[in-house]
Amino acid sequence: MIEKVREHLSQNEPLLFERSSPGKCAYQLPALDVPPVDPAEALGAENVRAEIEGFPEVSEVEAIRHFTRLSTWNYAIDHGMYPLGSCTMKYNPRINELVARTEALAWAHPYQPEALAQGSMEVMARMEAALAEITGMDAVTLQPAAGAHGELTGILLIRALLQQRGNPRRKILIPDSAHGTNPATAAIAGYAVQNIKSSESGVLDVSALEQLVTDDVAALMVTNPNTLGVFEENIIHAAEILHAKGAMLYMDGANMNALVGIARPGDFGVDVMHLNLHKTFSTPHGGGGPGAGPVAVKAALEPFLPTPRLKRAGKRWAYDYKRKHSIGRVKAFYGNFGVLVRALAYILAHGGPGLRNATVDAVLNAVYIRKKLEPYYELPYPSPNMHEVVFSDERQARHGVRTGDLAKRLIDYGFHPYTVSFPLIVHGALMIEPTETEGKMEIDQFVNAMISIAREAETDPQLVKSAPHGTRTSRVDEVAAARKPVLRWKPA
Amino acid sequence: MLDACGVAHADELFAHLPEAVRLKRPLALDAGVSEYEIVQYFRDRAAENANGYASFLGAGVYRHYRPVLVDTVVSRGEFLTSYTPYQAEISQGTLTAIFEFQTMLCQLTGMDVANASMYDGSTAVPEAAMMAVRATGKGHVLIARSVHPEYREVLHTYARHQGMPVTEFGYVPEAGTIDLEDLDRKLDGLTAAVIVQSPNFFGIVDQVKAAAEMAHQRGALLVVVFTEAVSMGLVEPPVDADIVAGELQSFAISPSYGGPYAGILAIKEKLIRQMPGRLVGQSTDTHGNRAFCLTLATREQHIRREKATSNICTNQALIALMATVFMTVYGKEGLRELATQNLAKAHYLAGKLAPRFCGKFFNEFVARVDDPEAANKALLKKKIIGGLPLARFYPELPDAVLLCATEMNTRAEMDAVAEVLG
Repeated sequence: MIEKVREHLSQNEPLLFERSSPGKCAYQLPALDVPPVDPAEALGAENVRAEIEGFPEVSEVEAIRHFTRLSTWNYAIDHGMYPLGSCTMKYNPRINELVARTEALAWAHPYQPEALAQGSMEVMARMEAALAEITGMDAVTLQPAAGAHGELTGILLIRALLQQRGNPRRKILIPDSAHGTNPATAAIAGYAVQNIKSSESGVLDVSALEQLVTDDVAALMVTNPNTLGVFEENIIHAAEILHAKGAMLYMDGANMNALVGIARPGDFGVDVMHLNLHKTFSTPHGGGGPGAGPVAVKAALEPFLPTPRLKRAGKRWAYDYKRKHSIGRVKAFYGNFGVLVRALAYILAHGGPGLRNATVDAVLNAVYIRKKLEPYYELPYPSPNMHEVVFSDERQARHGVRTGDLAKRLIDYGFHPYTVSFPLIVHGALMIEPTETEGKMEIDQFVNAMISIAREAETDPQLVKSAPHGTRTSRVDEVAAARKPVLRWKPA
Repeated sequence: MLDACGVAHADELFAHLPEAVRLKRPLALDAGVSEYEIVQYFRDRAAENANGYASFLGAGVYRHYRPVLVDTVVSRGEFLTSYTPYQAEISQGTLTAIFEFQTMLCQLTGMDVANASMYDGSTAVPEAAMMAVRATGKGHVLIARSVHPEYREVLHTYARHQGMPVTEFGYVPEAGTIDLEDLDRKLDGLTAAVIVQSPNFFGIVDQVKAAAEMAHQRGALLVVVFTEAVSMGLVEPPVDADIVAGELQSFAISPSYGGPYAGILAIKEKLIRQMPGRLVGQSTDTHGNRAFCLTLATREQHIRREKATSNICTNQALIALMATVFMTVYGKEGLRELATQNLAKAHYLAGKLAPRFCGKFFNEFVARVDDPEAANKALLKKKIIGGLPLARFYPELPDAVLLCATEMNTRAEMDAVAEVLG
């Protein structure tokens, strides 16, 4: 039975370009207080453009209705549980939005004099210190713009250190359960990728690792807990194997929300890692971004961090640009400062004990879901899970219903789907991550929905395979979209 | 819930973690504080920044008025707290807005296809260069010294380990435009991309057409970078480019001490399979209604892994939405008027100072100032943050300051600057 939702009306809305009419506008500018300038004279006639063909012409009320109507076509955390595994869709506290808009922070220009940017610099210094404590690492750069950008930064740091030791080496080892960004990053950093097959229990196969780590291996990139939500129990041993051969351990921190306050990567052999502030530290995903991907390192890698670095100059903060071993900049300016403000607000609100509680609640929620759904869905790896749980569609597939279908049916029950078909080591994966945000009532509704769908898969598979039925948009033809791409509006 | 999980205490859920990895003490962080205290903490930090200063800084980050509608729209939880729109049926709001964003960026730049955004302008540049390398099968990149210095630094960082040598070419010392002779000397059959910026770092509308001709003659692609998106309201778009890599911070994205911003790649159709980042395409649903979805994902890391066009995953959707609302509010007429105001303000200020270059400029320009640091100190006493002294990035320009004037600078402020610098 569908408990959480019932159908309601939603507004149609054309594209901006289709609702434009000549001469309409929604802007106001102050009167010009200097003499006007003839563009053709100032820029040269050949440099002045004609009018922007097709650009929107709408009134203010049309503009706000347009975007408000569009917004109602989205599902969001504010509507309910968003159990996307690996994505950590937790509540985004609104206080974080407010403080990020504090005027002298939001309007600070990256080139304003350091003496007039001490507040911003203090925020960054405090953030670096908090992340170092949480990860157990020695130094942090806040420059990378997102997780994959942090990965690239981290791998370049490893390359720089190994280069200094005489040989940057050629290969990066990556488990087959890894996020796609890991191999893509290694390739961009100039490394060949060697995949490692996971063990039968879905964790790093240490004996395979032992054989694969040669003098040619620069690093192992590992996610911990891994994408099955399982803690890599042999992580310390893996680090020892790598270190014995002069290789490094890189940790993808995408799942750090399972460890905060419980275990620190710096204490279990990790040399370099990134954090996704838009996951673990609750900055909003915003439909795809922005994020921030700070990188934390052990002391040996600190000299190579991107420039500039914050440093203390007497009672003030200053930037140190003269760092001869630095890999250079990975981004203009100092990082996604506005995202850092939000994440720091989250850390301040929780404090040390609160952060640990969030971890415990996230794991409790995921284990609870596992226990409740185990009778109905196949659990391919029975190891204890942490913040997420991965089932497979094996039982439902016997009725021709696949994970993608189950996910679409979940929409009819008022939930965003879980992550579909990832990790790749589980055929037909259902990857479920509730986060600490959800209370028992929402989770029980989710569990009941999943149980109900499992029954439907047996009794009425077609109902599931053609879902969703209650949305304003039914299944979208993605094949047609890719075959003949229409990527912009054009007048008919 | 604990009963269902078969434990007496939640800490038992971590019993399987090896003893050696467990943290045996509380995190050394303060206890949590209330909402009010958080507001106060950030107010206190803000008080340590510049407050109540006029500013003439540009150099890649511009002060433009942010229409109220922008934050009204992006504060809606439906946009703010949703994920990447992989589930098209319940993400049509984000998908439609991105489709409109892609369309407007094509209209502005004169390109055929624009992606759903990159991290920022500085990281869009190496992505453009890597794209050109893949498309041409050549490996060398030439970049003008009049491209934003920090963007060039980012390109060097990315390029170093990819067998992608990057060479810089100069600018004409009198005009501040690219040195076409230097470009001609350095361009050869191995060059994959020529990268120029317009308006360039000195604020000058650069010679895109001439650079395009030269690049294309040698089989290289032309990448045109922009940092001041408002210029596109008035300045001829870089239609001769193959790739446009830009920064949209000017479109209602607060300076925020350097980020988050939104970058963009816009390209000619022929390069589409090489495009990094997300793309939204039009299709239909099973009822035949128009619907949008993410498309051409076979270029991306979650499908192609180490063979992907880029490792990029996160984009800047919410920031791109700010830009979309900004473009909607200003619209066809407003963006032109805004650009025209900027042009007038900068030319008013320049008229009172000594411009260093003779090239045509938009809303920023380089002024000759004997002792830039001393002049800026004098301005600070009047609660004015002056321009950017260029010696830091261009040792050959010790007496040059890059000043920007936008619709937010008043005549009185500019007169005050002229009194000190003039």
